[in-house]
Amino acid sequence: MKIAEKKALKRESIIQAALQLFATNGFHRTTIPDIAIKLQMSVGNLYNYFSSKDILAQEIIRYTSEVLGEKIREVNDTDASAQEKIKQIVTVYFTMAKEKPEMIEYFLRVYLSNREVFSDGCEGMVCVSGFITEIMVFFDENVSSGELRNQDFFSAFGLFMGYLGGMVFLKGEEVLPKEIEYYIEDISRNIYNALKA
Amino acid sequence: MEKPHLLWLQSITCNGNTHSFLNHPDLFSILSHYNIVHHPALDGSHSFDDVLKDDVPCDVLILEGSFIEKGFLKGGVEVSFILEKYAKKAKYIITAGTCATFGGVFKQKDPSNISGFCFDLEEKSIRYDAYASKLISLPGCPVHPKWLSYVLLMLANGKQIPIDNLHRPTELFGYTVHNGCTRNEYFEWKIDADNYGLKEGCLFYAQGCQGPYTRGSCNKILWNDISSKTRAGTPCFGCTEASFPQTSLFQTKTNMGIPAKMPLGIPKRAYLSLTGVTKSFKIKRFSTRLLEYDK
Repeated sequence: MKIAEKKALKRESIIQAALQLFATNGFHRTTIPDIAIKLQMSVGNLYNYFSSKDILAQEIIRYTSEVLGEKIREVNDTDASAQEKIKQIVTVYFTMAKEKPEMIEYFLRVYLSNREVFSDGCEGMVCVSGFITEIMVFFDENVSSGELRNQDFFSAFGLFMGYLGGMVFLKGEEVLPKEIEYYIEDISRNIYNALKA
Repeated sequence: MEKPHLLWLQSITCNGNTHSFLNHPDLFSILSHYNIVHHPALDGSHSFDDVLKDDVPCDVLILEGSFIEKGFLKGGVEVSFILEKYAKKAKYIITAGTCATFGGVFKQKDPSNISGFCFDLEEKSIRYDAYASKLISLPGCPVHPKWLSYVLLMLANGKQIPIDNLHRPTELFGYTVHNGCTRNEYFEWKIDADNYGLKEGCLFYAQGCQGPYTRGSCNKILWNDISSKTRAGTPCFGCTEASFPQTSLFQTKTNMGIPAKMPLGIPKRAYLSLTGVTKSFKIKRFSTRLLEYDK
């Protein structure tokens, strides 16, 4: 393996370890030495990859946004109807919340809750564009095909992603009486009914 | 060497291209390279009656106006017959304006029968094969006088004119109208123009500007050597495109706020990624009136 490939793998393993710690213990309660210990690497070497905890936090949100964006892109690239795609996106989101809860937890509990960490370098949509772009493509294509009603982007975006984020937040709080996949059917129908032409 | 013979014929037209060319500051210098056989507004060696009845000389034929096979007569003769007669004879055919090139405004009257001379919108018409080897397309509503003079001078000097698949000179139509627009900084940072005629803001996001996907060098070779629609604060209407005229010219069609049509050759994902990023920043210089910023 080439050195560059090794470094890329190491970089990703740092992101994943930090992601878990941040999502579980919170951003401020997690230190760079905590992350280094989890990875069995030296603090000095970790700093070779990320020069500060804030920069690491920003890279994580970019990384999770890209991973989620890739999955939604797979949905966008199919020939399914808007109604079916909504269900697939809801499924992608809830499956990730269940199988890799740290990804969504990080977004809700670190990214949205510690804005000062992201104010310089992750302004607005800069670090979440991998995900937002795919949602834009979804809206654009399905308004263009006549399946969804044309409206302001944020009215539709807030309804769709606010709803999903809220549900995952409730799951994280252990408030939901049922497993999250139980809600996929109804939530998908509600979103479709709200957005359809 | 004898000067080439220039014949300007009109079909279904508003005379806009004729008038546009009359605004060329060097009109007579350009025409001095030609023997003018007949022109709708300038003196020529032959009358229109001669053109109809005789077989007048024709090396370079300029066609203006939309084409119809039957039912449009001049002096009792089908215009299509006159055009074809001289098209066969000419060494070069220039379709001046969008009507003669693609069908344009007058196609709207009878879309199934009215077209351009060699193209029906972007489809090749039945005449295409016969004239393709000598065809030069100069769409525009009207044609820019300097685009026409470029072609006339190149031909008069025996130069080859590089053309694209629709026979448009690439030196003129390789660009989009967006290229050279003085509002490009506002496009880059996604700042809308609030209204028409302002110095500030981009007209693409709300005001219907078609510059980013319209072929033409309006912002490189200025109109009257001074300005262009977008420089003056009016959206580009896409008048050089086969799809001209469109409706809702002063409105950008959007799907949930996303422009329905992308800048030429730009993949939607690339555009949206960039937009999401640039819209995340508020640049003070672009939200301040130009004349106020440095006060």
